[in-house]
Amino acid sequence: MYRYDEFDHDFVQARVAQFADQVERRLAGEITEEQFRPLRLMNGVYLQLHAYMLRIAIPYGTLNSRQMRMLAHIARRYDKGYGHFTTRQNIQFNWPALGDMPAILADLASVEMHAIQTSGNCIRNVTADHFAGAAADEVADPRPYAEILRQWSTVHPEFSFLPRKFKIAVTGAERDRAAIQTHDIGLHVKKNAQGELGFAVYVGGGQGRTPLVAKKIRDFLPEQDLLSYCTAILRVYNLYGRRDNKYKARIKILVHETGVEDFTRQVEAEWAELKGGELTLPAADIAAIDAYFAPPALPARPEGDDVLKMARLDSRSFGEWLDQNVTTHRNPDYAAVTISLKGIGEVPGDASDSQMDAIADIAEQFAFDELRVSHEQNLILPHVARADLRAVYDRLVEIELATANSNLISDIIACPGLDYCALANARSITVAQQISNRFASLERQRDIGELKLKISGCINACGHHHVGHIGILGVEKKGAELYQVTLGGSGDENTSVGEIIGRGFGPDEITDAIEKIVETYLGLRTDGSEKFLDAYRRVGPAPFKEALYASEAKAA
Amino acid sequence: MKVLTANRLIDGIAVWYAPDHSWSERLASAEIARDKAHEEKLDAIGKAAFAANQVLDVDIIDVDLVDGEIVPLRLRERIRAAGPSNRLDLGKQAEQPAPGGYAGPAGI
Repeated sequence: MYRYDEFDHDFVQARVAQFADQVERRLAGEITEEQFRPLRLMNGVYLQLHAYMLRIAIPYGTLNSRQMRMLAHIARRYDKGYGHFTTRQNIQFNWPALGDMPAILADLASVEMHAIQTSGNCIRNVTADHFAGAAADEVADPRPYAEILRQWSTVHPEFSFLPRKFKIAVTGAERDRAAIQTHDIGLHVKKNAQGELGFAVYVGGGQGRTPLVAKKIRDFLPEQDLLSYCTAILRVYNLYGRRDNKYKARIKILVHETGVEDFTRQVEAEWAELKGGELTLPAADIAAIDAYFAPPALPARPEGDDVLKMARLDSRSFGEWLDQNVTTHRNPDYAAVTISLKGIGEVPGDASDSQMDAIADIAEQFAFDELRVSHEQNLILPHVARADLRAVYDRLVEIELATANSNLISDIIACPGLDYCALANARSITVAQQISNRFASLERQRDIGELKLKISGCINACGHHHVGHIGILGVEKKGAELYQVTLGGSGDENTSVGEIIGRGFGPDEITDAIEKIVETYLGLRTDGSEKFLDAYRRVGPAPFKEALYASEAKAA
Repeated sequence: MKVLTANRLIDGIAVWYAPDHSWSERLASAEIARDKAHEEKLDAIGKAAFAANQVLDVDIIDVDLVDGEIVPLRLRERIRAAGPSNRLDLGKQAEQPAPGGYAGPAGI
């Protein structure tokens, strides 16, 4: 993985010292909250309902065991013994004191981590496919490009005060696991007919109160033009993006209001000025970054098949975990493992300090010291020998992280919601827990099949509800929580925004409603192979509306 | 009825303004304003404390008295006063009974 060079080290250390001074002055009352707020946000420090919150960047979701142990240390020493992995592949701590922030950031810097640009109207942490470098279907590892974008965008003077925040995601496979079409810029690494690497470029995707699917503005951008083209997009946005209305300030609104053809023309005109200039990536620089992401040397472990055959016979639950949480690796002797942070009835994305330590140990021992955070709020061991899967599973069982529910209905994305978040209108976590408990039976979940359920506690949509096969949006109505349901959303290569199905449900009704939707699907699917999303796309909302609301329509 | 609330500068912890002129970590200790004049007094105190860099996110919130206990009208404020509703071992509720004892959604 990427290692800091001297510049990175000096830069992060300088930032820690600078912020330490700012915190000291704030605590001494020398600077006001109005002055301090933008400074703390630039360093990932928010104020939530109960306390400050620190959001730490995990670039493209990649970290090693040393870094994971440091996160465990921070949870233990400065927080309340746990952290929350987010849909941005980051981690948040919910209880740190302001006075401890400099010490936390210094600890993070010691393992090449920081919280820079995890907030504010700048280019945020670049996200990528969590199976990057391991996926069998990958054209190229997207992380070198994400790293190049990170270096380019970090304290970029021209793009530090954009109209609004700006998120870039990169995938290296046709199958999009990074939800690139819901980002401000989405990049799909691909090869052209000549076998050269480049990108399909999508712009203007996003969720929030105006969910829009990104538009493809270029089918193939040569690799070396990545920065000049992104600069052109950002320049057009910086110039014409709205600054008068926070809710209309994202690039998606600009693309939508300008029209994709005009917008593309503007970007291409800007790019014509930049193309071939100093932003052109030299092949040697790309190769140098690529080298950081060179896959670990994977020794041949052909005994995997025999070991797994026996282990499967030995334990049914291991077999289920194998089927559900283990993904094909480009090397047939290896696999990528999803560590579900969605135990039945647990908080999606939360891990305790001792779990983080244990995961670090597992990564070190069995996974070439590599870990990933997925935008679905799980952790990934990208390279595990198939022969070691049983040992990894047994270790995960010990720390209660072996739930075999990846991509099933209890693998729920949920934002922190009203239990923590100052912006939320309703709780998300408790709804996720209720639904998870209702569908606790793994047999039932497996019968239902792939079903992505996503919950947000307000319209900002941090819980990605718009692209959930089933989405739940919490709102406040007359002082009470109300949950709106959307169906048919999807955040993959066929991205779609879910449709609101009808009136909302109270906290004590929502789980029943979800169960009714699921039962309706089970009743109408052509056979067990027709997934929920496919069935919804075939039949539309009518049968679901009928199931949910017919009785009250008759009563009226 | 209203009370004055904020988050403490040093650690961000939710606090309420108390009759002894302190910022208490307990909603139960809050000073209750029952009329406009009292509310305005609290408002001025909040602005002054913010200006003095003691607290931030200052707000005056609606409350009720239920069996002698102060209970915020909004769920948001009830959760602020207690802690995360999914983790009863965290926040103020871990140290004392939840004020108003809001009920979680049925089924949990």
